[in-house]
Amino acid sequence: MTTFLLRRVGGMVLTALCLTFVVFFLTNLDPNLEKLAKSEGSVRMSDADVESWLDKNGFSQPLLVRYGQWLGVVPYKHPAPDSDATVTCRAAEPGEEPPTFCGVLEGYWGYSTVFKDRVGGIIGGKIAATGVLMFWVMVVMVPMALLIGVLAGMREGSRTDRSLSTFSIATTATPEYVSGVLFIVIFASSVGGLRWFKGTATSAIDSGVTFENFTLPVLTMALYGMGYIARMTRASMAEVMTAQYIRTARLKGVRFRDVVLKHALRNALIAPFTVIMLQFPWLLTGVVIVETLFNYKGFGWLLVQAAGNNDIDLLLGCSVVAVFVVLVTQLISDIGYVYLNPRIRVR
Amino acid sequence: MEPLGWGAIIGRMFVQFIPVWIALALVFLVSIRFKKRLGLYGKLMNSPVGMIGLALVLFWVFTALFADWVATFAPLDQVAQLKNKAPGLPHPEIEGAYYLLGGDNLGRDVFSRMVYGSQSVLSIAPLATLFAFMVGVTLGLPAGYLGGRMDAGLSFLANLVLAFPVILLFYLLVTPEMRETGIPQVMAGVLFLFPIIFFWVFFYSRYETRPELMWPLLAGTVVFGGWAYSGLAFNADPTGVFAMDANLLNVFVSVVFVNSPGVFRIVRGLAMDIKTRDYVAAAQTRGEGPFYIMLWEILPNARGPLIVDFCLRIGYTTILLGTLGFFGLGVSPESPDWGSTINEGRKLLSIYPHPALPPALALMSLVLGLNFLADGLREQSLKD
Repeated sequence: MTTFLLRRVGGMVLTALCLTFVVFFLTNLDPNLEKLAKSEGSVRMSDADVESWLDKNGFSQPLLVRYGQWLGVVPYKHPAPDSDATVTCRAAEPGEEPPTFCGVLEGYWGYSTVFKDRVGGIIGGKIAATGVLMFWVMVVMVPMALLIGVLAGMREGSRTDRSLSTFSIATTATPEYVSGVLFIVIFASSVGGLRWFKGTATSAIDSGVTFENFTLPVLTMALYGMGYIARMTRASMAEVMTAQYIRTARLKGVRFRDVVLKHALRNALIAPFTVIMLQFPWLLTGVVIVETLFNYKGFGWLLVQAAGNNDIDLLLGCSVVAVFVVLVTQLISDIGYVYLNPRIRVR
Repeated sequence: MEPLGWGAIIGRMFVQFIPVWIALALVFLVSIRFKKRLGLYGKLMNSPVGMIGLALVLFWVFTALFADWVATFAPLDQVAQLKNKAPGLPHPEIEGAYYLLGGDNLGRDVFSRMVYGSQSVLSIAPLATLFAFMVGVTLGLPAGYLGGRMDAGLSFLANLVLAFPVILLFYLLVTPEMRETGIPQVMAGVLFLFPIIFFWVFFYSRYETRPELMWPLLAGTVVFGGWAYSGLAFNADPTGVFAMDANLLNVFVSVVFVNSPGVFRIVRGLAMDIKTRDYVAAAQTRGEGPFYIMLWEILPNARGPLIVDFCLRIGYTTILLGTLGFFGLGVSPESPDWGSTINEGRKLLSIYPHPALPPALALMSLVLGLNFLADGLREQSLKD
């Protein structure tokens, strides 16, 4: 188990390094840096001015060196105090001695040019907001998906199975930006006539989550992810129901309900667990769409702001978080699979 | 003139779609009549879900083909009096013409834009999926069949791309700055090579011993492939038949790039499964080369799951394209594609919901159709 863990973690670190380097490369393309120079300096900079601005702020060093500095393994070349460089390692408080290394590994995530604040702090706050959303999405999505999947898979080919399977296909075919629009029109506009819920979730951040402002965003996100999990659960349940030990139990005279609940369910839930964990990268896309549509200022909204405004440090920070979440959920799903499934013993 | 009621609006839309109904009826009549002779496609006619899916998909395919007849106005015609106006209002100047589904925020006809939107969606999504399949198959077959270090390397790369959150990748890849650097061209140059490689190996491995057949096929592959390649990837086609503008190329390349690792994984898995079969062993004993076995023994026997995945993946690509349009990435603001129309419509959603609803329902029905079609195909191919 330990070697398995070590190998998985090693692969994970390598993947994380590759991914962050790709993001670093793509955010530090020459046109992006030129745009940064013009937005930080002045719009009417000549090419030579841009060149000297980049030079002064340390952007003319080789890409790998800058990546190392951002990561925190290569010493950061602090600009001289008397130079008018604007981009510095914003690690130290005024008057404090600036550290030699100031990268992500040391906890210095850089400075956002849009929000004029440290990236680490901004991201932390927004993740908390998105965490609340995700929590409610999971609370709604997972039990419903498992219920639909188990009900559909326990009698394969029955009418319940057909209608529930059609329903779950329909939900996977409805992306968030379609179902969100439909929900708002039906439940939150003057046209639908039902003004049960609010069409925005902005108020959820200041005045707390209420049934009125959170139902639609949560439902929108839960619906799209639900179909996929439900179909996986159904397939797994249908497979388990044909197993020998289920037939034995049936022949022994165990009631159908007890067969499903006591014998089949536990084995049928192994596969969906992995699927739920691997849903997280998909959910990130959903988070971005839903937060934009319902104007909820969380992590997804932040990502859109960072990308739209060429905020390099912030975008890098967001990417690190996204990549981290994806890789950790993959690891958990691997470990969980081994742990839940007694037939697999990894030495 | 009086505005139309809902009954009249639906009636008039039905009339506009008449070319589509005729085409649909013809296709289904012919398919049901000859279903015994049509293989897997014919069997689809026995599954109600599959037929509904096929009908939905074909509906949008024919709408895209006959868009000029179906649409009532051009997608960019603006009428200032009909800005954000409700469905069924008459055109102020043209007698007997109506904005069947109302006007959008610039006074354009929502119905016609939805109809023309099907063209832009259906011209990109299947083609991009096809390219992703070419890449995935060309890399996945050797990875699964030969294994070894190449498999490890390619799998690592595929997992790398799959671990990337799609939306982040789009925000990084589909930008004007990106187009300035020419990276999309480089990616296109690499990704668009795969179909040529695929067909070269495909013909070479089969007709190696029959040069009189092999050389014309290889020459055809190189000439036609090179012609399309120069036009699509570098916009250097002298005749101008194959051309893609920079925006479209950027979107296209990104979508292919995001989709191919998924195809790679599926093809690799299938190849690893099928290579243990007896007919592969028989081919090996006959002394067939590895590429013959991969392309003429393994690939035809993997077609069932691949066709199903192809249908599902077109749907997924449609959703991805809609996402790009929704965030206004890589498409011109005037484009009638469904994603950007939804995005424009959503800004005034709670006051004027009618511009956003038709494209949303259109996108949903197309993807739903593709999913049903895939489900029907899966069901029928498992019955063998």
